[in-house]
Amino acid sequence: MSVLLSVEGLSVSFTTYGRRSQVLHDVSLAVPEGAQIALVGESGSGKSVTMKTIMGILPVPPAKVEGGRILFAGRDLLTMPERDRLRLRGTAMSMVFQDPMSSLNPVFTIQDQLGTILKYADRRLGRDRDRRGRRVRILEVLAQVRMRDPERVARSFPIMLSGGMRQRILIAMALLSEPRLLIADEPGTALDVTTQAQILKLLKDLVTENGLALLMITHNLGVVRQTCGYTYVMNRGRIVEHGATQAIFEAPAEDYTRNLIAAVPRLTGRNG
Amino acid sequence: MRTDAEQHALSNAWQNWFRFSRNPTAVIGAVIVVVCVLLAILAPYITPYPDHVGAVVDFRNRHQPPSAAHWFGTDNVGRDIFTRVIFGLRISLILAVVVLGVAIPIGVILGLLAGYFGGWVETVIMRITDIALAIPPLVMALAVAAVLSPSLVNSMLAIALLWWTWHTRLIYSITRQLRTQEFVEAAETLGASRRHILFREILPNCVSAIAVKTSLDAGFVILIGAALSFLGLGIQPPTPDLGTMVAQGASFLPDYWWQSLLPGSAILILALGFNLLGDGLRDLFDVEDVR
Amino acid sequence: MTASPVLELRDLHKVFPLRGTFGRVRGEVRAVDGVSLSIPKGQVYGLAGESGSGKSTIARMIMGLTRPTGGDILLDGVSILGRQASLAHRRKVQMVFQNPGASLNPRRTVGQSIRVPLDAHGFPGNRQRRVAALLEMVQLPRHFAERYPHELSGGQKQRVAIARALAVEPRLLVLDEPTSALDVSVQARIIELLEDLGGELGLTYLFISHDLSLMRNFAQTVGVLYRGRIVETGAVAQVFGAPQHDYTRLLLASVPVISAEEEAMRPAIPLINGEIPTAEDLLALRQQARSKERQA
Repeated sequence: MSVLLSVEGLSVSFTTYGRRSQVLHDVSLAVPEGAQIALVGESGSGKSVTMKTIMGILPVPPAKVEGGRILFAGRDLLTMPERDRLRLRGTAMSMVFQDPMSSLNPVFTIQDQLGTILKYADRRLGRDRDRRGRRVRILEVLAQVRMRDPERVARSFPIMLSGGMRQRILIAMALLSEPRLLIADEPGTALDVTTQAQILKLLKDLVTENGLALLMITHNLGVVRQTCGYTYVMNRGRIVEHGATQAIFEAPAEDYTRNLIAAVPRLTGRNG
Repeated sequence: MRTDAEQHALSNAWQNWFRFSRNPTAVIGAVIVVVCVLLAILAPYITPYPDHVGAVVDFRNRHQPPSAAHWFGTDNVGRDIFTRVIFGLRISLILAVVVLGVAIPIGVILGLLAGYFGGWVETVIMRITDIALAIPPLVMALAVAAVLSPSLVNSMLAIALLWWTWHTRLIYSITRQLRTQEFVEAAETLGASRRHILFREILPNCVSAIAVKTSLDAGFVILIGAALSFLGLGIQPPTPDLGTMVAQGASFLPDYWWQSLLPGSAILILALGFNLLGDGLRDLFDVEDVR
Repeated sequence: MTASPVLELRDLHKVFPLRGTFGRVRGEVRAVDGVSLSIPKGQVYGLAGESGSGKSTIARMIMGLTRPTGGDILLDGVSILGRQASLAHRRKVQMVFQNPGASLNPRRTVGQSIRVPLDAHGFPGNRQRRVAALLEMVQLPRHFAERYPHELSGGQKQRVAIARALAVEPRLLVLDEPTSALDVSVQARIIELLEDLGGELGLTYLFISHDLSLMRNFAQTVGVLYRGRIVETGAVAQVFGAPQHDYTRLLLASVPVISAEEEAMRPAIPLINGEIPTAEDLLALRQQARSKERQA
């Protein structure tokens, strides 16, 4: 399997109120083609900064990339011209957002919002697709995320949909332009457990069906175990440990990981 | 991301100062306001002709253009305009302080009550507010001045009578948002009295909005006060008021331009200072719904 | 004679009217639809439910933030709903909110926040010393009294909220998702603190959460709430070990777990068209099966 995305020695600092502090220290990780990779950490671990740097949505300043490379399909995202990078973002790599409530514009229908995104993605890729072609594609992705009635959903406004359905829309949004890499930021955390389980299953199914690579950013170890085969554990801006998910959960090598796993309450009860 | 310990190391005061000092609007506004206030307070000691405040007549020096002896020139009876402008600042600032000093407490308390209690309390207060808002302050002031006699007290009264409404509106909307916040509910469940909740829990969270609004208001009140005086309904001569001076000087335009233009500029700068400060504070406190 | 339970809910109802234009009542939402439960002294009762289950409404009713439309709430055998329910009686139940960031007033120091209940209930004795003692109780240094909430971490804020709730020596604490906004390692320490305090002070807890793994470890008795009703209740080990109701099974099956042992104890849920069914699907299916049985 060839590596699709690789982050090498990434260091990022933030300057706030005139003081500089380093938030990422030499972070390296690799997402092979078609693999499901988790980046797990508690708040302040630097997982979100890593994700934002990869997506190129880090506010610069106050943030500054101090060093390192981010290679996507062999090209360095950090040094490529802005225009090329824009072409990649939302097309070859796309993002599944966390908050299904605020990531959708309440005054436009689902098909309007998906249509706009698709139009821009097409334009960036120099693809030619008319209105009807776009509509076909939209219904296609809505069916792909297992919407029972794509026609009706397409005509709906976000407020008419449940939280779980909105999260599906966000996934559909990410799938529109047939990406090779999905980056999911805490998928389903804003939802109920039962809905979250559905969303995670959907995400996993979609990724395997379409041979996509998945980079999942989360704080929830249970979610990691359920969806990803390989895990990077982050703490205080550093990768503390990485390896096959099963191995890490059963025999963590580092104290930090061990304590983290020990802190998770078990459904079997104490010492269960 | 920073750790909490680091966050704590950057003290509040430092953070505020850092943001303030990097906000040119706020700094310029603050400098203008502070200088004007200092000039007004120290007027009797720093002006070259403090006795020119009253009904002094010095016909030998009338209509003198700006010079080293008279920085802003002299008026039609030979009084030093610079001296009178500085004293005029005093009147404008007193007007602002009194009007806002009366209007803000009324407005804030009514806003808190309407926002927190809702129901008929809200209906009564907010409908009265709406009615009062429909009357333009200048028209109201003209009416009051026409019914009573034109004087400083009456014009302040007229403006204050309408000005509280803006604060009621503002505090009402903030209170309504805060009422459902968990910390307010927490205080309720802890058994805190309504007075405590209104004045100790909610009010402190309105302070930055009030500060911004007050600063912006001061500029408007000063402008309206000057407008009233200009129309002869405010401060009566010989008390040096900026609006009155502009009005008197206007009859000698364009030959003796300094007599109206320079007091006019003083009004402009003072109002501008308060507006810049208000805008700057708004950015600093990050309050949005204040206009 | 058995002592009366610390908290007892009797057939509690809350109906919200649905209003259309011009305030006309168009229908109603039964947020809480006949909930009864009782918690003996020193116990942790876990109320499990998802959004819309009515769990927050129950907490708000116990705290007097909304009035029930039916039923009764008894503290130590005495109703807290009547007009005669005194402030002193109300004092016996306090609450810890979900989001420690939002439940502390950002403009007031920690000390001032903790003093609120002391002042409100006229605490006799030195209040400043009491604040220091409370901070110590939740394992925070006493100089934290001078700090503002934004200078504290999430876990520290929640400790402050617990100290504030304990200020007037309540008998019952309502914990509304007290750790869901916190990191797991912080959560573990807060739960530990609550357990210690519960033992020391003889506290009774009503623990409201959607986190079943956490509930398994913290509560002794559990009630599963679905659409305003308790669909299953019992000792936590029993309910989680052998769930009877479909909804409980679905909830348990949905928990993201981290070990094979846990996975083994999760009930299997039949997939519908290759997808995990929703609670509605599952219950509708059960209904159909039942009516078919009746016909046969």
